[in-house]
Amino acid sequence: MSEIIPIGPYHPLQEEPEFFRLHVEGEKVVKLEIELGYNHRGIEKLAETKSWDQVVFLVERICGICSTSHPAASTNAMEDLGGIEAPERAQYIRTIICELERIHSHLLWLGLAGHFIGYNTVWMWVWKYREIVCDLLDKITGNRQSYAMFKVGGVRRDILEDDIPWIRASMDKLKPVLDLFKGAVMDDPVIRARTRGVGILTNEMAKQYCVVGPTARPSGVAIDVRKDDPYFAYGMVDFDIVVLEEGDVFAKAVCRILEMYESVKIIEQCIDKMKPGIIDLKIKELPAGEGIGRAEAPRGEVYHYCLSDGSNFPARYKVRAPSYTNIASNEVACVGETVADAALVLAAVDPCYCCTERLVVVDHDNRREQVLQGNTLIQLSHERTKQIRKELGV
Amino acid sequence: MGIKLKALTKSPWVYHLSTGSCNNCDIEILDCLTPRYDLERLGIVLVGSPRHADALLVTGNMTMKCMKRAKEVYDQMPKPGVVIAVGTCALGHGVFEGSYVMPKTVDEVLPVDIYIPGCPPKPEGIIAGVAKLLEMLKQKA
Repeated sequence: MSEIIPIGPYHPLQEEPEFFRLHVEGEKVVKLEIELGYNHRGIEKLAETKSWDQVVFLVERICGICSTSHPAASTNAMEDLGGIEAPERAQYIRTIICELERIHSHLLWLGLAGHFIGYNTVWMWVWKYREIVCDLLDKITGNRQSYAMFKVGGVRRDILEDDIPWIRASMDKLKPVLDLFKGAVMDDPVIRARTRGVGILTNEMAKQYCVVGPTARPSGVAIDVRKDDPYFAYGMVDFDIVVLEEGDVFAKAVCRILEMYESVKIIEQCIDKMKPGIIDLKIKELPAGEGIGRAEAPRGEVYHYCLSDGSNFPARYKVRAPSYTNIASNEVACVGETVADAALVLAAVDPCYCCTERLVVVDHDNRREQVLQGNTLIQLSHERTKQIRKELGV
Repeated sequence: MGIKLKALTKSPWVYHLSTGSCNNCDIEILDCLTPRYDLERLGIVLVGSPRHADALLVTGNMTMKCMKRAKEVYDQMPKPGVVIAVGTCALGHGVFEGSYVMPKTVDEVLPVDIYIPGCPPKPEGIIAGVAKLLEMLKQKA
């Protein structure tokens, strides 16, 4: 006897809309079905109606949290198409923006994960300190999200010399904050009990499902576009990629926290190495041909492909976002977990689903349908944390 | 209606409905709840179910697949309730104008009371918009 618990497509905390059907036997999840497409906006078709410059703005709005990764992959693809090499200063500025975005995205995820396991304090604290990064982005690019910094052959705005001491000071402010969260996640017995050994994605499965980014690296797959195929200034700075072995939710959290340290390291090196110079080549035209671009988004590899017939518009544009493969891996990571853990496991790959949450329990034997309130899943998750707390006597 | 509207202005509970947005507006809405902006000091709470909500915060383009769901969610909300459209996509279609999956804007599907423009609107903008709405409701009540 298995029951079906549909999750979504509307969910109060996660972003884009997606629909999951959890097949459960008692408390155990036995199967997961995934239905996507609520957020389908026809971007690839739409890109064919935009000029090359406008395409960068359009792909920026694929995902608000990765609003630098898509333009990064897009400009990479267009520069590959035109055989263009952006000026060195522009490359450093691009790298700084990309890494700032990685920190902001990982902090955002950490906050949401904290909320999921019932630690709203973690959520509030993390998001409080995320404002440091948002302020930096606001100051450098002029907007807190959707930075509109990238264009073919350069960047739109320069980083002013006056801002550099302030950026350095902000990085120094960020380091103790990261230490704080590292301690909060790694030393807390409840978080450990709640996430250790939960939602394990084995190395073999990670490879089979072709997962990327911070979903693959905690499973022992050393995949990172920044190292494998250095773009922008990543070839000129020194950093490590974080690879862990366990593949559970705990490893995914730790991997993200350690990655933020690397990001801070990269930004500091970029500021040191940046020399004055031009930031834009002012490209007017792109030739006929095709180009591919890759970039490492906070969630994994973004891949863009563009085909040009020599006109002002792309003839074909193709986007492959990291969440698409990562979400599919939930099929294996969720199975065998309890319903209370399922919400956490689904969130652990940092998917982009942003809709309202509804939850319907369908009992096959009794043909009973029960619509539960939206936050029941989170409630279940909170209760489980409480129970673990009691058991541990914390 | 008067007394119900008056009650609405005291502490409006908000349900966040994303209809195919890009997350930008959504994270800015969540940002409003966190310590720096702290909407809760105005009595505004984000709730997990439309059945508890006094206001719907709608973000994003109205895609065809979301349209039916959005109407369902609106029907579940107790009336009188208000609908707030947040972000350029929810106001018109923004950069997505002309796409084949979004024949309607939010205000053609749901009765929108107030529009907050921006891509994305800053948290200050969202707070200002909601405060203006409360002012408007107080005058109506």
